[in-house]
Amino acid sequence: MLTQGSLPLNPDGNPSMSPDLAFNTAISFLVNCNLQHYSGETGLTYLTQLGVITFLQFVSAATGIAALVLLFRHFLPDVTDRSGNFYTFFVCSITRLLLPLSLVVALILAFNGTPASFAGKDTIVTLQGDTVGVSRGPAAGMIAIKHLGTNGGGWFGTNSAHPLENPNYLTSMVEMIVQVLIPIALIFALGYYIRRRKFAWVIYGVMTVGMLLLLIPTIWSELNGSPAIAQLGVNQMAGATEGKEVRFGAAASAYWSIVTTIISTGSVNSMHDSSMPLSGAMQLLGMMTNAFYGGCGVGILNYYIFLIVAVFISGLMVGRTPEFFGRKVEAREMKIAALIAILHPFLILVGTSMASYLIVTMPDADWAVKPANWLNNPNFHGFSEMLYEFTSSAANNGSGFEGLGDNNVFWNVATGFVLLFGRFLPIIGPLAIAGLLAQKKYVPESAGTLPTDTGTFGLMTLAVIVVIAALAFFPALTLGPLAEFFSLGAH
Amino acid sequence: MATQKSPALFQPGLVGPAIRASFNKLNPAELSKNPVMFTVEIGTAIMLLVTVYIALSGDTSQGSVIYNSVITAVLLLTLLFANFAEAIAEARGKAQAESLRKTRQETPAKVIRPVGELTVKEVQIISSAQLKKGDVFVCETGDIIPSDGEIIEGLATIDESAITGESAPVIREAGGDKSSVTGGTKVLSDRIVVRVTTQPGESFLDKMIALVEGASRQKTPNEIALTILLAGFTLVFIIVCVTLQPFAVYANTPITIAALISLFVCLIPTTIGGLLSAIGIAGMDRALRANVIAKSGRAVETAGDIDTLLLDKTGTITIGNRKATQFYPAPGVSESNMVRVSALSSLADETPEGKSIVELAGPEVTRNLSTTGATMIRFTAETRSSGIDVPSSEANSNALRIRKGATDSIRTIVLKAGNTFPPETEEQARAIAANGGTPLVVIENERVMGVVELQDIIKPGIAERFERLRKMGVKTVMVTGDNPLTAKFIAEKAGVDDFIAEAKPEDKMQYIRNEQNSGKLVAMMGDGTNDAPALAQANVGVAMNSGTQAAKEAGNMVDLDNDPTKLIEIVEIGKQLLITRGTLTTFSIANDVAKYFAIVPALFVASIPALQQMNLMHLHSPESAILSAVIFNAVIIPMLIPLALRGVAYKPIGASALLRRNLFIYGFGGLVAPFVGIKLLDLVVGLFV
Repeated sequence: MLTQGSLPLNPDGNPSMSPDLAFNTAISFLVNCNLQHYSGETGLTYLTQLGVITFLQFVSAATGIAALVLLFRHFLPDVTDRSGNFYTFFVCSITRLLLPLSLVVALILAFNGTPASFAGKDTIVTLQGDTVGVSRGPAAGMIAIKHLGTNGGGWFGTNSAHPLENPNYLTSMVEMIVQVLIPIALIFALGYYIRRRKFAWVIYGVMTVGMLLLLIPTIWSELNGSPAIAQLGVNQMAGATEGKEVRFGAAASAYWSIVTTIISTGSVNSMHDSSMPLSGAMQLLGMMTNAFYGGCGVGILNYYIFLIVAVFISGLMVGRTPEFFGRKVEAREMKIAALIAILHPFLILVGTSMASYLIVTMPDADWAVKPANWLNNPNFHGFSEMLYEFTSSAANNGSGFEGLGDNNVFWNVATGFVLLFGRFLPIIGPLAIAGLLAQKKYVPESAGTLPTDTGTFGLMTLAVIVVIAALAFFPALTLGPLAEFFSLGAH
Repeated sequence: MATQKSPALFQPGLVGPAIRASFNKLNPAELSKNPVMFTVEIGTAIMLLVTVYIALSGDTSQGSVIYNSVITAVLLLTLLFANFAEAIAEARGKAQAESLRKTRQETPAKVIRPVGELTVKEVQIISSAQLKKGDVFVCETGDIIPSDGEIIEGLATIDESAITGESAPVIREAGGDKSSVTGGTKVLSDRIVVRVTTQPGESFLDKMIALVEGASRQKTPNEIALTILLAGFTLVFIIVCVTLQPFAVYANTPITIAALISLFVCLIPTTIGGLLSAIGIAGMDRALRANVIAKSGRAVETAGDIDTLLLDKTGTITIGNRKATQFYPAPGVSESNMVRVSALSSLADETPEGKSIVELAGPEVTRNLSTTGATMIRFTAETRSSGIDVPSSEANSNALRIRKGATDSIRTIVLKAGNTFPPETEEQARAIAANGGTPLVVIENERVMGVVELQDIIKPGIAERFERLRKMGVKTVMVTGDNPLTAKFIAEKAGVDDFIAEAKPEDKMQYIRNEQNSGKLVAMMGDGTNDAPALAQANVGVAMNSGTQAAKEAGNMVDLDNDPTKLIEIVEIGKQLLITRGTLTTFSIANDVAKYFAIVPALFVASIPALQQMNLMHLHSPESAILSAVIFNAVIIPMLIPLALRGVAYKPIGASALLRRNLFIYGFGGLVAPFVGIKLLDLVVGLFV
């Protein structure tokens, strides 16, 4: 990426990347986040789009899936310390799952008008008579894995709001369904693999309730439109349409915005910056919890931490040393679970507080974009923009609230590190816990054992997720989207 | 539960010292063991500095002196309440242990000391406090036994009511499994020589007191895991509160230090953090109240996890002894004759079985019998029979040799004498065994007279207790020396899940190992020296106080009442301990929702008036909201002390139903209670602020 300007497959003559942007971009795709501080049409060449971006979109998704399969193994009573070969799972995830499915999706997209050619920019003459260059490229395949692998980084800058990346309502639905396909399928794969289908249904139930809790307020607030615009006497029959594509409408855009934030995809078909404040809060919460379906493999890995905490507290409540699938949960497992649970709020809140601090104390720092100019919308909304950027990085989501001048050394480097920590520690932690548990003696279940496949336990898990993941962000959300929401409603 | 002594939670005598101890426990070195409360202490210290600074400088940008000093005081009170919970739990445990120890106050001891070169022994009278391990003393009728020890010579009836509360005297004798005596109990008859087995200050009771007092109290693994989780929550809220400062600066909403620290203290789980050690101590204390001395807190906690319970049949499942229920004469023998012979052989028999035969025969039969001049043949393990030899006299022309005993040993005698053993009797004996009875074959001059059926009497109510255990998920196993047929019958009748018949001590050990290998935790109770290895192997080994020193050393608990059903109570105490921790953690964390809604709007409402809509409780003012939340956070600790000390009740309704119940009461209750509590406090606080 640092030399792409002079490398082949660059028909549009795009320049090489700056070092800090290349650092951020490389990490961002390596960790399945796909935070983009560039615009694909001008920031990358076909060589880097395919060789770097698309390649990493396959392998980063496969990494999550392979790690999860290792976790699956540890649910079994007869697991040993040789629980499987990462490389085997990794390769199988790509060849048996991601490649064939991507081919199907890519064909659907290509037939609906998404470009799949190596030719450079085309030109069209607009109705006004202006000649406009239109970027193209071998995009259909990349857009397929972008959703299947819950990556989310778009070929074009405006992601799936771009008419060539997401041409019509059909492709919009295909892209949205395809991104939840593997995360949901993996839940049931767990149930099938460990022969505890009811357990999988309870997990699915909790995740779906979690999704609905975020989805319903979002659709409601988007369909109702903005009170500020209503005061101008403008008819908002179609809901809040600012920042949305007319071909998708308010409801489908709201739906997508929640799906893409609870799953760690982060592709967008509308501008989240323009969402109603309440929707913004829900999108943020989707990434803050990061365990309702979640990304390929990592969603269940994140959920596993909450399961361990829930098992611990509810195990105590039924009067037994907590056990999870026949293994006692003790101090060492709790230590890891607590550290991983703290990590997410730590990365998001510390990152955002650094940014807030810089805006106030060093507004004129000599960076590509100086802190004073970071925010398109100062005040509450600007705070949401910063909070969103760090949340999206820590959750490996990759969507941007946008409206943030993020292509400068502070954001590139800070989010780069957040991305790394936010990706690999939450993979290592659950696997470490599972490994520790597997070394313990297996205790067969009895009438006194807490069953983990009941609605009650599901409720407990949901409560743990709400308390740990959502409550920690309550003050931050209050200063951002909630303050905006109440201020907007009050006028 | 046999918690006979259940005094008021806050006895006046205990509260005073506990309050004093609450202040002593403010020592940071001690408090640092509890990460949650330690951070509260740091917060309090910062608030104190802020208050002093305001008072000296007159700078009121951080709020008035009064407001800040009230916050400081409430935070200090939070700490004191938490310390008080621990102190009162300690005081109660100590008081309970002291009341047991009181029984072994200074008593004169008659020590036997070798004198000079000659091994002439002399009895000296010294104080019990001077007794050392290995000393030998003598106790005669009416003496109080000065120290714990093992009888090395003699037999005595002893009144142990001072320890057990049971008034019936017990017999203790040298050798065998009932050789232990406890200090403070009284010899009612006879004379025993006892060797002191423990160094003064090192008895089980002393160890237990040390465990309660905190000096040697160690956190159990489960307590450590919970502390880590609570430390995790505390860390999250440190991050939340520290980062809030730059957020507020960005949003042009200065937050006072008092508000920030109040938010922090309210959010961290102070309720459970403050009560955690009290809960653990109270668990030990409850065990002590049930007259069980636990050697570690861990043992009590493990009891809650028990999967398998090994219970001796005799005394636990059945009432001590078997009773004769039916006479079955052999073919060709008249019933009256058989009854007469059986009764005659049992007249001088002091065993409970013998007595019950006489009882069953009735006074009409026994009135005319006489054993004058007869020789009593005692039961021995080799002959496995007993009986009587009556010499020929005027009443009886022939000398009589009557024996009664186990089928196979009697059969040997009969066959040796050249007589036949009737198949009908053989059949009858088998039928009795299959019915859970014990057949006792009676012979007269080596001729079979018939069979007496002995039946075990299953304790009333024991089946319900096993049902309760089953619902807890505990498997019960009956251990008996009976043959498998009898054992099976009783096992089914009493409702135990499994049994070990014809059990030898090794069998018990093997069974425990097998269960443990399949990942289960096993509890057992025992008293004999040959039980010691199994007691040590079991995860919870409860030794009876009357048992041998070896058994008591091997187990991790000692039951002062010698009550075999005590295991069931111990399991419940263990479960209660964990449940209390779990429910109070849930309550504590659920409280955060309301506290957020009280404090967060209060922090920002001055600069963002629209946030008044988030003030769901319509609290009077930002200051009153923060104060009310902090006060609620403080007073909830003493309000929950009774619950922490008594423990949350355990109901064997299945794990899922129990979770549902506790989640509703403590989770939902924890969600709602602070909304109500903070609102009520605000109504009062609002009058002043």
